Amino acid sequence: MTKMKWAVTAATLGALLLAGNAIAADKKVVAVSIPAADHGWTSGIVYHAQAAAKEINAAFPNVEVVVKTSPSAAAQVSALEDLSAGRKLDALVILPHTSEELTMPVKAVKEGGTFITVVDRGLNDPAIQDLYLAGDNIAVGKNTAKFLVDKLGGKGNLVVLRGIPTVIDDERIQGFKDGIAGSDLKILDIQYANWNSDDAFKLMQDYLAKYPQIDAVWANDDDMLLGVLEAIKQSSRTEIKYALGGNGMKEIIKKVIDGDAMTPVETPYPPSMIKTAIYMTVANLIGQAPIRGVVKLDAPLITKDNAAEYYFPDSPF
Amino acid sequence: MSVATTEPGRLERDRDFNFNWAAAGPFLALLVLLAIGFVINPDFLSATNLSNVITRSAFIAIIAVGATFVISSGGLDLSVGSMAAFITGITIMCMNMMVPNVGLWSIPAGMAIAVLAGIACGLVNGVIVTVGKIEPFIATLGTMGIFRALITYMSDGGTIPIDRTLREAYRPVYFGTVAGIPLPILISLAVAALGAFILYKTKYGRQCAAAGANEDVARYSGISIIRTRTIAYVIQGACVAIAAICYVPRLGAATPTTGVLWELQVITAVVIGGTALRGGKGRIWGTVAGAVILELIANLMVLSDFVSEYLVAAVQGVIIIIAMLIQRFSK
Repeated sequence: MTKMKWAVTAATLGALLLAGNAIAADKKVVAVSIPAADHGWTSGIVYHAQAAAKEINAAFPNVEVVVKTSPSAAAQVSALEDLSAGRKLDALVILPHTSEELTMPVKAVKEGGTFITVVDRGLNDPAIQDLYLAGDNIAVGKNTAKFLVDKLGGKGNLVVLRGIPTVIDDERIQGFKDGIAGSDLKILDIQYANWNSDDAFKLMQDYLAKYPQIDAVWANDDDMLLGVLEAIKQSSRTEIKYALGGNGMKEIIKKVIDGDAMTPVETPYPPSMIKTAIYMTVANLIGQAPIRGVVKLDAPLITKDNAAEYYFPDSPF
Repeated sequence: MSVATTEPGRLERDRDFNFNWAAAGPFLALLVLLAIGFVINPDFLSATNLSNVITRSAFIAIIAVGATFVISSGGLDLSVGSMAAFITGITIMCMNMMVPNVGLWSIPAGMAIAVLAGIACGLVNGVIVTVGKIEPFIATLGTMGIFRALITYMSDGGTIPIDRTLREAYRPVYFGTVAGIPLPILISLAVAALGAFILYKTKYGRQCAAAGANEDVARYSGISIIRTRTIAYVIQGACVAIAAICYVPRLGAATPTTGVLWELQVITAVVIGGTALRGGKGRIWGTVAGAVILELIANLMVLSDFVSEYLVAAVQGVIIIIAMLIQRFSK
């Protein structure tokens, strides 16, 4: 029965594609505007956007996905003008540098009749977007917290490393605090380490000097977790049961796959979300699969069982 | 000739006998900070904590020794943080490339490449500033962007990790100890001792200070400003390379965020150490004390409980200013 369904779906999709080919002689253009790779997570965004463009351009001859990276908000505004100046864009997939500066320029593109997909960071005016796709930062904190509550039997001393004062960081911390609420897990200390491995290494050394008994560490990002693990290794302290991160860096996912005792799980805020968004946008464009709305990707706990889904060994992140 | 060379030496010895408060300033500030730290949290003075903190300060201290030359010769180098990241990246890539052929020998070979790269980077900075006659602030702001972009390009914005087979063998350069003292501390002491010798005891050191104190007077006395300043930038480059060599084994990777804002920490360490930012006077040992002070302040912020995580940077700023004031009034 299921096989039958698949066959029908495939046939329908194939027919649609053929129809699409017949109607649109010229190519449909999908522009992707993203930040340039300047740290781990954005490097993942660039990798997945380019991978999606390559796959789609090869699979659908009548679609052209163009990826443009910009190092700053101002540069991204210029890039939007350049992308939409020469030709009509059928769709724009954008991960805005900042909400404030990009809202009006994206609106201008929309007024030219372009389908707008916004990823991760929302614009100030949600009416502009046709599709909004993002991860769930609160769930990143909450699911990690629930794992710790469960594994530590609801009791223990935690230290937390947070990133840079931003909404993303605040939401993760908020989710984490909500997650441990009601248990006897105690956050001994919480300090900024700027999503930077070196700062995290130093901060973890200081935590270790300050607190004789730490049961678990949560760094709300995997770059920081790398520094934390190095500091723990140097200290030869044995009481720390878990050191967890977040985001889905390939080195950390690999640890989960290998069954690492200290980092057995991971919570994703995966840069591959840009790929998901590009595919959905293209599906709408050529497959008549209506997708207007808001999509929130969950942050399910990545364990040994499902880690392969999130493991991209060729990605720089 | 022999009279001429012994004369300054004797003068310096005289100065040592009359206790020099200005030179002692940073060390007094350091002692005060240690005392305050002990009162706040006795763990502060534990051997592990102090050895961690001083080891951590080694990168900034080593780079700041080079910066003492650049600044006392009347220059400035904003590119050191990016340069450190760039050299770290080159070093790791070269080591990884050589592993299949030469095995563990790729570690010393990579170190040699790091030093050559550092000297080359320093030379580029120096030539742009001296021969190109571009303000050091602007010239090194330019190369700062260039080095940062290069490391980002080399890593695709991600991480350049060192080969697994080298990781354990290289680890002791940061984590190892000799007679109980962490290796990076010994390396930074050696660099500082060499720097102090060059700056205080050699002809070049005196030319350096002369070029920074008054360019015209120095030129009329037959000192080549171009040569003196270019060499200062080359020394800076070599110091950055040595810091990079110590840095690689700590996390075993280079990323586009490696060494971000180190340049400001370096300049702060130099100034806390008693070197005048406008040039003319360099104090190597003060610089080293300055680097340790900066790292101790950050450590103290974490070990104390009464500073909100949101206010840490403000309190650090206040402490740095107070440390400078202690120096000023101890003159």
